[in-house]
Amino acid sequence: MSERWVTLAALAALLALPLWALAADEPFTITLATRAAILALAATGLNIALGTGGLVSLGHAAFFGIGGYAMGILASHAQTFAPLSLGPWEVPGTQSMPVIWLVAIAASALAALAIGALSLRTAGVYFIMITLAFGQMFFYFATSWRAYGGEDGLSIWVRNGFPGLNTLVPIQFFGLCFAVLLLAMLLHGRLIRAPFGLALDAARQAPARVLAVGLSPYRLQLAAFVLSGAITGLAGALYADLNRFVSPAMLSWQMSGELIVLVILGGVGRLAGPLIGAGLFVALEHWLGGATEYWHAWLGAILLAIVLFARGGIVGLLTGQGDRRG
Amino acid sequence: MAEPVLSVRGLTKRFGALVASEDVSLDLAPGEIHAVIGPNGAGKSTLIGQVCGTIPPDAGTVRLAGRDVTADGAAARARAGLARTFQVSALAMEQTVLQNAVLGAIGAAGRPWRLWRPALSDRDAVATAEAALTRVGLSDHAASRVADLSHGQRRQLEVAVALTLAPKAFVMDEPMAGLGADGSRGMTALLADLKHEAPILLVEHDMDAVFALADRISVLVQGRVIATGTVAEIRANAEVRAAYLGEDA
Repeated sequence: MSERWVTLAALAALLALPLWALAADEPFTITLATRAAILALAATGLNIALGTGGLVSLGHAAFFGIGGYAMGILASHAQTFAPLSLGPWEVPGTQSMPVIWLVAIAASALAALAIGALSLRTAGVYFIMITLAFGQMFFYFATSWRAYGGEDGLSIWVRNGFPGLNTLVPIQFFGLCFAVLLLAMLLHGRLIRAPFGLALDAARQAPARVLAVGLSPYRLQLAAFVLSGAITGLAGALYADLNRFVSPAMLSWQMSGELIVLVILGGVGRLAGPLIGAGLFVALEHWLGGATEYWHAWLGAILLAIVLFARGGIVGLLTGQGDRRG
Repeated sequence: MAEPVLSVRGLTKRFGALVASEDVSLDLAPGEIHAVIGPNGAGKSTLIGQVCGTIPPDAGTVRLAGRDVTADGAAARARAGLARTFQVSALAMEQTVLQNAVLGAIGAAGRPWRLWRPALSDRDAVATAEAALTRVGLSDHAASRVADLSHGQRRQLEVAVALTLAPKAFVMDEPMAGLGADGSRGMTALLADLKHEAPILLVEHDMDAVFALADRISVLVQGRVIATGTVAEIRANAEVRAAYLGEDA
């Protein structure tokens, strides 16, 4: 099966499940599918840095959490009608998703620019450790940020709105998340084949070559890291909206690790990797998690099998091309 | 003599107590192949690093086409027209031959920031890449993955990518490395032809190739240029024979 068909089949499956659930009146299944779509979006962001760029970031929870807190802060000010004071300016809160999304994207992109600019001066294990350290900084900051709930996090009473939709209806909110995921995957798919993706991919495989043709691997990787962080940040805003809750857990290093696990399960650098990884993760979490508290052990066994025997993840298994990308 | 395309003056580089380059000066004139030879550890790789901008010299200057590029990094020197090939092939192994060559054209054109349109739909870049592949005899393998190429074909691709930069000067680090007799002959013929496009600073261990190709030779021993001259002059030089050629001759 070619990679294109795997991608289309995975998208079709994600779309079909909640439509079936709608017909069968199983609203919780729609919520599960929404959760999978949002995690897939977050991991798609990571996949641009990790898969295409070869940048193993153990700090992507920072962007996920920044997106979540962007939503939480704006919406909490809107629901208490207390303006948000930014030095000399006072800004009202908002419960409009498009505005929240823009703020989430801008804030996480800015954080990715700062973290990336410093972290990309290192490579390999040092890059992993420094991104982890930055992630932990944001985590501890959030746990002690009393104004926005500290360790307890922030609850939002009503899901934020999107023009023309009723986001309280599960299938409508799912459709919105699915559309955003589709756009992000389309962007990643185009990017891989575009000059930027070609150069980024070459910078992963042979940085000396990229330098020798007059390009800067550092700038290419920094741009990829910012784009990656922005997409993961947007996913964070949606995730907080799904749960109507944001807490420091979104910023924890376990969250960063989980995103990496999703990408590896599905297939590093593969377009559908994050989607298939997230789908499998949510399914296991629901079915195995219902049967045993120790479901993570089973997840670990699957991960081990994939790392040992299927380097291209599930997408690699399906395409029969574990060692090469489509 | 015509104004040199590449001019190196007084390059000095020390790594602790080790002197890798000491007051190295050499010129690359239009249309010539200037070979740099020397025993292992003579400082040839360090010299190439300093010429190409990956190793900052402690002292000395590098001028390309009359402009001082000593303060420029490797990417800036590549954009200024200095094209290098690597001793150990530095290619994107998972990409195709054509993609590797297109990357060169994209770099030369300074257009890596396009996110949407496929690189292979950029007609100018693809035309440049295909012309370079044809030139080195790889056009039949354009769609092959680099990982599937033979060692010799990778050496050819190294040269093709350098060609896509439409360079003012080539710097080639052992292009014959690991090639068999046939491969060496083919590469020798290619370089003899390429020097008319841009002069070549050639670091090479294969003495047959050097004597066949070089218009001038500089001999590097322990970081110093002990002699520069034509093939005949170098063959006749007593100091060179003692220091280096004597071992082989």
